[in-house]
Amino acid sequence: MRYLPLMAQDRTEMLRTIGAKQIDDLFKDVPPEARLEGLIDMPRGQGELEVERALTNMAANNIAAGSVPFFIGAGAYRHHIPASVDHLIQRSEFLTSYTPYQPEISQGTLQYLFEFQTQVALITGMDVANASLYDGSTACGEAVTMAHRITKRRKAILSGSLHPQYQEVVRTLAKYDGFDVSVSADRLSGTESLLELIDQHTSCVVVQVPNFFGTVEDLSKVSQAVHAQGALLVVIVPEIVSLGLIRPPGDFGADIVACEGQSLGVGLNFGGPYLGLFATRQKYVRHMPGRLCGATTDVQGRPGYVLTLSTREQHIRREKATSNICTNSGLCSLAWTIHMTLLGEKGYRQLARLNHQIAVQLADDLSSLKGVELLTPVFFNEFTLRLPRPAGPVVDALAEKGVLGGMPASRLMAHDGAMENLLIVAATETNTQSDIAAFRSALGQVLS
Amino acid sequence: MTDILYTEQHEWVRIEGETASAGISKYAAEQLGDVVYVELPELGRTVEAAEEVAVVESVKAASEVYAPIGGEVIEVNAALGDAPEIVNQDAEGAGWFFKLKVDNTPATENLMDAEAYRKHIEGLG
Amino acid sequence: MKTSHMSSVAMETPEEVHMKPTYSGNKALAQEEKLIFELGDMAKTGVDLAEPAPIPSRLAEFERTDPIGLPGLTEPEAVRHYVRLSQTNYSIDTGMYPLGSCTMKHNPRLNEKMARLPGFADIHPLQPQQTVQGALELIDALAEGLKALTGMPAIAMSPRAGAHGELCGIMAIRAALEARGDARKTVLVPESAHGTNPATAAQCGYAVDIIPSSADGRVDVAALKAKLDHDVAAIMLTNPNTCGLFERDIIDVAEAVHAAGALFYCDGANFNALIGKVRPGDLGIDAMHINLHKTFSTPHGGGGPGAGPVVLSSALAPFAPLPYVVHGPDGWRLIENHDEAGDQADDAAPFGRLTAFHGQMGMYVRAYAYMLSHGSDGLRQVAEDAVLSANYVMASLQDVMSAPYAGPCMHEVLFDETFLDGTGISTLDFAKAMIDEGFHPMTMYFPLVVHGAMLIEPTESESKESLDQFIASMRFLVLAAKNGDVKRFKSAPQFAPRARLDETAAARKPVLRWHPN
Repeated sequence: MRYLPLMAQDRTEMLRTIGAKQIDDLFKDVPPEARLEGLIDMPRGQGELEVERALTNMAANNIAAGSVPFFIGAGAYRHHIPASVDHLIQRSEFLTSYTPYQPEISQGTLQYLFEFQTQVALITGMDVANASLYDGSTACGEAVTMAHRITKRRKAILSGSLHPQYQEVVRTLAKYDGFDVSVSADRLSGTESLLELIDQHTSCVVVQVPNFFGTVEDLSKVSQAVHAQGALLVVIVPEIVSLGLIRPPGDFGADIVACEGQSLGVGLNFGGPYLGLFATRQKYVRHMPGRLCGATTDVQGRPGYVLTLSTREQHIRREKATSNICTNSGLCSLAWTIHMTLLGEKGYRQLARLNHQIAVQLADDLSSLKGVELLTPVFFNEFTLRLPRPAGPVVDALAEKGVLGGMPASRLMAHDGAMENLLIVAATETNTQSDIAAFRSALGQVLS
Repeated sequence: MTDILYTEQHEWVRIEGETASAGISKYAAEQLGDVVYVELPELGRTVEAAEEVAVVESVKAASEVYAPIGGEVIEVNAALGDAPEIVNQDAEGAGWFFKLKVDNTPATENLMDAEAYRKHIEGLG
Repeated sequence: MKTSHMSSVAMETPEEVHMKPTYSGNKALAQEEKLIFELGDMAKTGVDLAEPAPIPSRLAEFERTDPIGLPGLTEPEAVRHYVRLSQTNYSIDTGMYPLGSCTMKHNPRLNEKMARLPGFADIHPLQPQQTVQGALELIDALAEGLKALTGMPAIAMSPRAGAHGELCGIMAIRAALEARGDARKTVLVPESAHGTNPATAAQCGYAVDIIPSSADGRVDVAALKAKLDHDVAAIMLTNPNTCGLFERDIIDVAEAVHAAGALFYCDGANFNALIGKVRPGDLGIDAMHINLHKTFSTPHGGGGPGAGPVVLSSALAPFAPLPYVVHGPDGWRLIENHDEAGDQADDAAPFGRLTAFHGQMGMYVRAYAYMLSHGSDGLRQVAEDAVLSANYVMASLQDVMSAPYAGPCMHEVLFDETFLDGTGISTLDFAKAMIDEGFHPMTMYFPLVVHGAMLIEPTESESKESLDQFIASMRFLVLAAKNGDVKRFKSAPQFAPRARLDETAAARKPVLRWHPN
């Protein structure tokens, strides 16, 4: 077996040193009835060639986004990743190291985490950020439970335009952690119903920017109402490229910001691994979940970095920890910070503008089709169209024509009949003029 | 000034009239190592004896601090916010955590005097 | 005006020149590296993007106008920055990484290559399902393999890490208990447990009750049984436990737990010791997470991402969370919402959803490649070699170090710091001296049940030569400690990119981001 360095003779010698006759002597504490006699029912080991063949065949049964005109978003976005990102994250010293518990020999990981935390704080307009969480949806859940710790209240309000699966993650936590969740009736835009729900028992209000349907809207009234009741404003950003063009959550009073960072450096990966970004105000640092990297010096006075404020975490605080989280999304945060460093301010802003411009063009082109209506006039790179018939079959028909043309809102909101004809469409810098033309043409054919 | 009294969990309290100041013992501070943070109670909170009232943290440990006696929190030691090391330097003096307003005859029968506490620590080996 | 480097050297006094080992601070391959905020420039970029067409923005007053403050680097600068940073990290590829409880085994590069196939890496979680049949097939195939290896009837694939899997398991347990109208309040956790266990139980609304350890490093079965009453919802037990020992009485424990109407969560962090040798399902457990980043070799990546699928007993299977994959006449189908689950099976009652989308596909591909590469025979050999290596380390060191519990151990061996008594050297000092010897230290001060714990997990990836070098280095350090060479330990590490760092200062005055001066 190519991954196992011990030779038969090594094993014999090692057993002799141990004083065991055979390997099963070392398993003597296992109750006899639980010891497997034979092999597990699965094929025996295979060479690289065979494994590669099997997996390549499976991969070939999927339509890669890059091989077709592709316009799906809804919480995961296809962007171009510079070649150097994937090269750098495969450096052995990044790829095959553990959490930096021994800082003297982990400065590489710690320094990029410090840089990452700073970049996240800057783009969100917040004071501090942690070293990442699993993904945007779990970061959203952590934001809500953190708001409970801070306010000592247990009633969260979610905007109806928050990603439906994020809503479900929070509701699941609520069921077991024992807090209340209400969801506002707002959908494509507007916050009127959200405002009505806020009262003196509210721990936090969770809003998404741009919202699930793509709308970018004024949240200053929500922010005022939330703070007037002593609650916290939690802002979710599933498309992190948007913050290169739209005002950051810190500008309109966010107390906690949780983002999906997948857009930069990480890729689509069929939903994971992704990257939860998590930022807050300085005064709430000790309530944060997850790892934090901090600057210090070594005994010789040289600058260096360590994991810090660990007393919040499960390995010390156990049942009183701020979260049970242990593993974060380390390598994805590295990919993210490298991509962001390559972009810099100039590239980040330009990338955002490019996304917006292509989406505007696409929205105009598609809504010029007969019976197709743009429902979200103020958007970044994603928008919602009303089609003249149910969007689900339309998307399937588009796929038949080789176009992955958006996501039917009904896929994630099957219960809401008003969603049936709505199509959520995203565009990024990866979409060419011919992609746009192909989408328009295919949609026109399907609808005609 | 009355004598300092101790709990088995290594808090101390000094009762002066209607005011009692409290903190963690010198022994506890030594056991904890370098104190990096103290989470203090809210002003105005009324606590029972033995109720969890503060948290003291070193780099690798966090310990709950229990109220040695009951009362209303009327003052907290704000200096610990900027300089938690005071707890290590003077645990039973400048490193006090909070002050309680207590009635004239607070229940102290579960508390130890300095000599009894010294023996208690010795017993911990 | 910029001062050139040549002239600044000339400005150093002869004494300073004599004292400085190098002018730059670099030492040959060891390069000092500044922060991107000191190196970069807001006007600089490492990407050449198309110029956006002059189409009016639709964002009106929501546009961001103030500078953000993000530094940029060109590609050569960025590559150098991150390569230099990488060179200050220890890694499995550099040397032995015997971090107990973490299973730092070799990460095969085939797995990396497979995960990057566009058919896996470049597919969207919400594409029409007929366009991702291969991905769903892979998830299903991995799920079947994990079920076979654990002897369990069901699995929840979506948890994104071990602790997330624990959350999944305990939520499923609570859902099952509530479904039978039997709300309970407590979860029993041994004192030697990972911190995630009590944290998870608390997050699911349970009180945590601690079970003591017995003198042989295992859970105190009598104490455990005494605590089993109508309020106990579950026990969370790691097996092999965190002392590296198999819980001999586990079947008895499972029976007692079930007799009391409670359920058995097994922390699967240490499954590497059992894979192909023992099926946890045969031990009577109800749920167990599998850390794909431990047992199935997906890279630890400096702290993640991981993956924590949870196998479930038939009692918990109906409560598995959304989403999951089923196979029917039309191929593979993803069940994403409660209605679909109900249509699919009468007893399906998913407890909810743990995450958006479907979990850690990138990790599934790697784990599946690992499973196929090893096969049934190779996986059994993994457990045997991992256990053999740990026992070899134990046998080769127990005469000079102190093992609190008698062997055989499983895949990791626990020492305490008794052997350092009277030397003035602590477990921490000893660990730091190992760095100077070119090893990553073992897990220190965990589990909490012994003083100054040193938990060593060599894994199956080390050759005998490598194990022998590790053993010899450890014996050398023990001798140095016993000979009173205190300075070697207190000043360690001397040869690392940094000496010991001031963690107290970092925690007292946290500096968590860069600020311009």
